[in-house]
Amino acid sequence: MSDGPLLLFEEVSKIYPLPAGDVVALDRVSLTIEPGEFIAVMGPSGSGKSTLLNMMGCLDVPTAGKIYLSGREVSSMSDDDLTGIRRDRIGFVFQRFNLIPLLSAVENVEFPILLTTGRAESRRRAGEVLAAVGIGAPLFSHKPGELSGGEQQRVAIARALVNDPDLLLCDEPTGNLDSKTGTVIMELLAAENRRGKTVIVVTHDPDVAAYARRTIQLVDGRIV
Amino acid sequence: MILFSFAVRNLQRHWIRSALSIIGVIIGVVAIASLGIMGNSINLLVANVITDVGDTVVITPHTAFVGTFAGDPRTAMDAAIPGHDVAEIRRAANPHRTIPVLQGADEVEFGRGRSGYARIIGLAPEDIPVLLNLAEGQYPRQNQPGALVGIHLAREYGIAPGTRLGIGNESIRVAGVLAERGLAFDINPDYAIVVPDAWYERHFGVSDVYPMVIVRVGDIDEIDTVKGAIESRINRRKEVVDVADSREMLGQYKEIYRQITTFLLGIGGISLIIAAVNILNVMYISVTERTREIGIMRSIGARKREILRMFLYEAMILGIIGAIIGGAVSAASGYLISVVTLDLVTTGTSFGEGVTAFDVSAVGYIIFGMAFGVATSIAAGFYPAWRASQMDPIDAIQKR
Repeated sequence: MSDGPLLLFEEVSKIYPLPAGDVVALDRVSLTIEPGEFIAVMGPSGSGKSTLLNMMGCLDVPTAGKIYLSGREVSSMSDDDLTGIRRDRIGFVFQRFNLIPLLSAVENVEFPILLTTGRAESRRRAGEVLAAVGIGAPLFSHKPGELSGGEQQRVAIARALVNDPDLLLCDEPTGNLDSKTGTVIMELLAAENRRGKTVIVVTHDPDVAAYARRTIQLVDGRIV
Repeated sequence: MILFSFAVRNLQRHWIRSALSIIGVIIGVVAIASLGIMGNSINLLVANVITDVGDTVVITPHTAFVGTFAGDPRTAMDAAIPGHDVAEIRRAANPHRTIPVLQGADEVEFGRGRSGYARIIGLAPEDIPVLLNLAEGQYPRQNQPGALVGIHLAREYGIAPGTRLGIGNESIRVAGVLAERGLAFDINPDYAIVVPDAWYERHFGVSDVYPMVIVRVGDIDEIDTVKGAIESRINRRKEVVDVADSREMLGQYKEIYRQITTFLLGIGGISLIIAAVNILNVMYISVTERTREIGIMRSIGARKREILRMFLYEAMILGIIGAIIGGAVSAASGYLISVVTLDLVTTGTSFGEGVTAFDVSAVGYIIFGMAFGVATSIAAGFYPAWRASQMDPIDAIQKR
């Protein structure tokens, strides 16, 4: 990785055209994120937090402006290239865990790397990250429905980490958990950050934001 | 590959749904394959049974049924060709041999108290050896009336040369037993009794009218010339007779059976289309139900074409399982159907002996049915799979 910024937003706008009039979700946002940062994105509902996170995660492309990931412009890439970046360089943690119900814990974790890596190596790596987030081998074969919320979120974090991503994006990671479990999950993310991962957390919760070293406030699609 | 095992698991998750889809494919494949086999064995049977006398021209009264074989009872009863027309035909067909045929039916005493109606065919004694071969005995002698018995009739009633039959209230000696002739276009003596024409005319009290006239043309190339000559001589003012040769009749038969086969295959095709609609429906439900899952997979790095492939695998697995089971079932049922069909049509005869119910083209129909089953399944799965692959991950993940 170059020594430039990990993420660079230049005048990025996102406009959703609706029959009732265009909705501006992001309004000329510029920001820089350096490798190893721990950032909280805060703001009221509808302020554009999720849109910003989707852009960072290469799930969405801007209507105007440019986004660079490690110096490469991603704002005009094809869907396949964006998917490849998500698979190889980005980890997602969602509020609702979003594990695939059909797959066991370990299979959920290995899914992203199985698309590119051999079965044995994928399984070994999945076991490794599961152990790192505190899920023991007896739980590996459990389906998501058989796990508690906290365990599911740990598995989801393991899945986000399995491809050794440059960027860990978390959308309300503690939103569906009680405060005690939420703390455990935040400690886990903080530990990953201390190991060098860039972590970006979207949240309403000031306690969650307190883990971050920098907070981005969004209001009506603008950084304030 | 994980996508494949993923597809398998999805099918297992909704196994009842999957099983129903598979049953649909099985029915379609079985329908195509076994109906194809059935049509095929009818064809084989017909080809085997029909005695292809390529050098025969058959003249029947115009009122007779067109398209049925000349020996149809209706032909004999509806009309007849008067003797002066026969003479005209003889002149037109010269130098080829013209054979007037008398046909009727009467009650026959077979001995040992057994009796029944049988077809009686009257031929001039000198014409009999031209048309018919003997299995045993002799042709009737000129001045000594004797009957020739068709082989199946002879077998059924245990008739041998030398025994006596009662036809109506007259007794006649059996001179010989005819060799098997098969289903022909002129006369079908296998289940009939052949008597000299003089005896016939006296017995039935007819004279100088014939339900059918056969012309034996030695050279196949001359058939059209002979037909033309007869047509122009007899049918000059109005259609008095129909003139047909065995090639064209054989062609008609082949055409009929080809259509039967096509029709049967069509029925099979329709059932497979129904199966395809079912698969489309099941896959569509599956895609809708799994919208969020698809969104998750897309956002953690599954490409569009990988999603597409995953759903196509599902359709393909349904199709392949259905095709394999369907192929096995149709091999069994097609065999049974053929055996039953053959049995039904050839009871008491030896025509079916050379026909194997299972030949290469029957296997071909099974493979065709299976391939068609797999192909329709994949085709049916394509639209739902494509829809799944085109979902926007952000929207999909927010579903439910």
